[in-house]
Amino acid sequence: MLSAFDRDAERQRLLTRRTIVLGGLQAAAVSALVARLYYLQIVEGDRYTMLAEDNRISLRLLAPPRGLIVDRFGVPMALNEQNFRLTLVSERAGDPTQILTQIANLIPMPEPERRRILRDIQRSRAFAPVTVKENLTWEQVAAIEVNLPDLPGVSIEVGQVRSYPFGEAAAHVLGYVGAVNERELADGKGDPLLEQPGFRIGKNGVERRHDLALRGTAGNQQLEVNAVGRVIRELSRQEGQPGRQVTLTIDSKLQHYVQQRLGQERSASAVVMDVHTGGILALCSWPSFDPNQFAMGISSELWQSLLKDETAPLTNKAIAGQYAPGSTFKMIVGLAALEAGVVGPDFRVFCPGHYELGNHRFHCWKKGGHGSMNMHDAMKHSCDTYFYEVSRRVGVNRMAEMARRFGLGQRTDIDLPGERPGLVPDEPWKRRTLKAPWHPGETLIVSIGQGYMLATPLQLAVMTARLVNGGHAVQPHLTKAVEDLYRERTEWPAIGVTPAHLEFILNSMHAVTMEQGGTAFASRITHAGLEMGGKTGTSQVRRITMAERATGVRKNEDLPWRERDHALFVGYAPINAPKYCVSVIVEHGGGGGKIAAPIARDILLECQMLEAGRGPVADAGPAAAPAAAPAAAPAVAAAPAPAGEASR
Amino acid sequence: MIWDTGDDHMTIGEKLGQISWSLVLLITIVASVGFAMLYSAANGNLDPWASRQMVRFGAGLGLMMVCALIDIRIWMRFAYILYGLTLLLLLGVEFFGFVGMGAQRWIDLGFMQLQPSEVMKVCLVLALARYFHGATLEDTGRIPHLVIPLLLVLAPVALVLMQPNLGTALTLLFVSGALFFLSGVRLWKFGLVIGSGLAAIPVVWQFLHDYQRNRVLTFLDPENDPLGTGYHIMQSKIALGSGGLFGKGFLQGTQSHLNFLPEKQTDFIFTMLAEEFGLVGAVAFLSLYCLLLLYGFVIALRCKHQFGRLVGLGLTVNLFLYLFINVAMNMGLIPVVGIPLPLLSYGGTATLTVMIGFGILLSVHVHRDVRMSRRGISDF
Repeated sequence: MLSAFDRDAERQRLLTRRTIVLGGLQAAAVSALVARLYYLQIVEGDRYTMLAEDNRISLRLLAPPRGLIVDRFGVPMALNEQNFRLTLVSERAGDPTQILTQIANLIPMPEPERRRILRDIQRSRAFAPVTVKENLTWEQVAAIEVNLPDLPGVSIEVGQVRSYPFGEAAAHVLGYVGAVNERELADGKGDPLLEQPGFRIGKNGVERRHDLALRGTAGNQQLEVNAVGRVIRELSRQEGQPGRQVTLTIDSKLQHYVQQRLGQERSASAVVMDVHTGGILALCSWPSFDPNQFAMGISSELWQSLLKDETAPLTNKAIAGQYAPGSTFKMIVGLAALEAGVVGPDFRVFCPGHYELGNHRFHCWKKGGHGSMNMHDAMKHSCDTYFYEVSRRVGVNRMAEMARRFGLGQRTDIDLPGERPGLVPDEPWKRRTLKAPWHPGETLIVSIGQGYMLATPLQLAVMTARLVNGGHAVQPHLTKAVEDLYRERTEWPAIGVTPAHLEFILNSMHAVTMEQGGTAFASRITHAGLEMGGKTGTSQVRRITMAERATGVRKNEDLPWRERDHALFVGYAPINAPKYCVSVIVEHGGGGGKIAAPIARDILLECQMLEAGRGPVADAGPAAAPAAAPAAAPAVAAAPAPAGEASR
Repeated sequence: MIWDTGDDHMTIGEKLGQISWSLVLLITIVASVGFAMLYSAANGNLDPWASRQMVRFGAGLGLMMVCALIDIRIWMRFAYILYGLTLLLLLGVEFFGFVGMGAQRWIDLGFMQLQPSEVMKVCLVLALARYFHGATLEDTGRIPHLVIPLLLVLAPVALVLMQPNLGTALTLLFVSGALFFLSGVRLWKFGLVIGSGLAAIPVVWQFLHDYQRNRVLTFLDPENDPLGTGYHIMQSKIALGSGGLFGKGFLQGTQSHLNFLPEKQTDFIFTMLAEEFGLVGAVAFLSLYCLLLLYGFVIALRCKHQFGRLVGLGLTVNLFLYLFINVAMNMGLIPVVGIPLPLLSYGGTATLTVMIGFGILLSVHVHRDVRMSRRGISDF
């Protein structure tokens, strides 16, 4: 039997052996820990360092101020206004309910609003500011400021909101800004600004066309934040590039005047252009809308009412409205014929009031006919029969070719979104799109700017400018400069028409306004040296049936608005050295000479008055018309509408 | 006379001379690392953690000295009584305990809150050491002789599981297992127990609380639930990994100072250390801790009596388990269980029980040569 000592010794040897095993296991375990440390800290160290930085650093964008849009004289047309916002930080407010009651004594706060605020406070973190009220008036700001010592946690923050001082007068030119939508986000090429809550981008007009330049580039701010998002300190700050200033060719005073003048009609548009540079001085579409409401966030009721209005306030009719140009197209017909050599200026046609082609009868707007006409008189009286004959001789293809040289039938590429191309029909076009041969009768209808012909008011202004500037292919544009990025182009190549022919056409346009019996003689400018030339147009939007012609064509006034003729006028001034041109279309307004010509006259007069000293501007009221043309009224007060009429 | 330890008793002076002062110094160094980390955890303030932890450590140091001077035979004599009292305390938390961290673990003693389960780690070691001290190798080879120690183990484990505190229960099982192993229980018996234990996992799974199941599930795939329970593990790994080789510097740990790291002053303090001092600092710290463990092994093996050896090794294994479970949890190697890192983590009970443990370990060292009978009396 073993002694107690031996037994203990055996027990101790076993224990020692097993202790070594245990120690070995522990050493292995600790080695595993070290290996894991090595893996985490060295092998994966970079990844975790990045994750830690992601945790720690919150990158905030500093939205740059949006660039201003100014007119040609530097008058701001779109700018950024301060917007005062009342915020509450609940952790500093003590009892938010109490504070809200105090605020409610200073500014109106309906009960639902109050509940909304309390809900927001509960939802957000204690240090995060909650918006109590936006768009404070100056009085409200003052009232809060005075009481700030008694309102812990309350502060007034200044934001920026886009403001359009000319309101609806320049809405279609400037467009408006609005929140970024999904598609714009996708198209945004990853500009982080677009993802900023509350960021606004240009949605239409110049705001959209020059959005990138106006937007500027984002600055950024690196903030150190803790686990609950509280900002600990600013690590770095890089200022962005503020949006660039866009200078327009628009004259804001003229723009304002034109819009007011159009405001006397139900639905109209007008374009005023510098005939030499192509710079647009005014571009208006009436009715309009207030872009300021878009910048603030438009209500859905207002939006719906704008969408449903049959006069389409949201559409820029000056570039997107396509109308039959009516008799304003006759200059192109005449010029095409002269250039082609098929007729001379002295070519005469007898107008019995209608023109026979095959077994069709084409009517002149003047029921009894004009008698024997040369081209000068045909233009002055807008005789349809004369141009029926001329067009038959020159053919549709040569007319169309001339129309295109003068800017019709294609987009002018003006720097605005949403422009439409209009339409100049010819034989290949009809074969291509309608798969049908051209009928000779259709040529006649095109010659009076009806049928398939479509043009925008802008295209008509461009056509006029090219006619009166000595035949140079000016292109219309709104942008005069974008800071250091862009300067407008003012030199244009010659179209290449015979100067004598052009001068002849000009003289006949002169006669329309300045000679007794001209279709716009009643609306002429009588100020010496400021006279205008031009051409009236009345485009028919309905078909006049044989039955109606037999019983007497109904007067415009008797028709529903939608079926009345469009009134058109293209004009230029001053007559001896043309500088400005204008095109006016009054939708369903009636006769061009009676309705559109006075508007054009007022605009061209205003144009020149503004230039002559930037002096007092005539008020655009009905009273202005007699003042502008005091002697005009008696002679041709009841000048009939020079309608291009066509029966097929 | 109960205090009479026989004719080989030592004077206080002799005992003080025998104390391993280098071990005391090593403990103080490790604890000082802890103070520095708590100072950093409070963003460079002594309050609220570092200063209080210093006071506790001071008290713990005193307690350790007292424990070191108490004769190892006294410890042996009172082993069962201490075990019994602690078991009663464990029962107490079931009925009078306070709910902390989602589990009933603490009992309020007035001057401090006590976690009986922590104390039990020491007392179980004492009780099992006493039992096996009195058992010969032949005894440990017989299964009926293992019933009593098994009951000694299972009673507190069951109570701790009921709290519920899975981490501590497992620690108790591991420490006991080590003592069974060191006492000479055959390996095949361990195999049997471990095998049946594994087989019981599906059954145990049924009894686990939802939060415990979630911890296990999140551990298996932390990225799956980055905002929920996986958050702790993710953030801890990010903090550790971003420390790199040399760390971000003292007081510079972004993850800890910006509160991305949860529980940085208690369970995740090692992560904070590794973030601020990198792989170099973390390995240096682990080396210091391993040195502590080495002291434990050496003291135990140099002891002339089985009780002292088993107590020394039991306490060392216990310390190792704290270290391993805590650090492995910080690294995302095992599920998050609420186990602190002694001497580093902020917390009263863990500090005090570990200091008591070191005190008893020192007592083993001081009294390594005393003669001891099978019942703890110097009768041979």
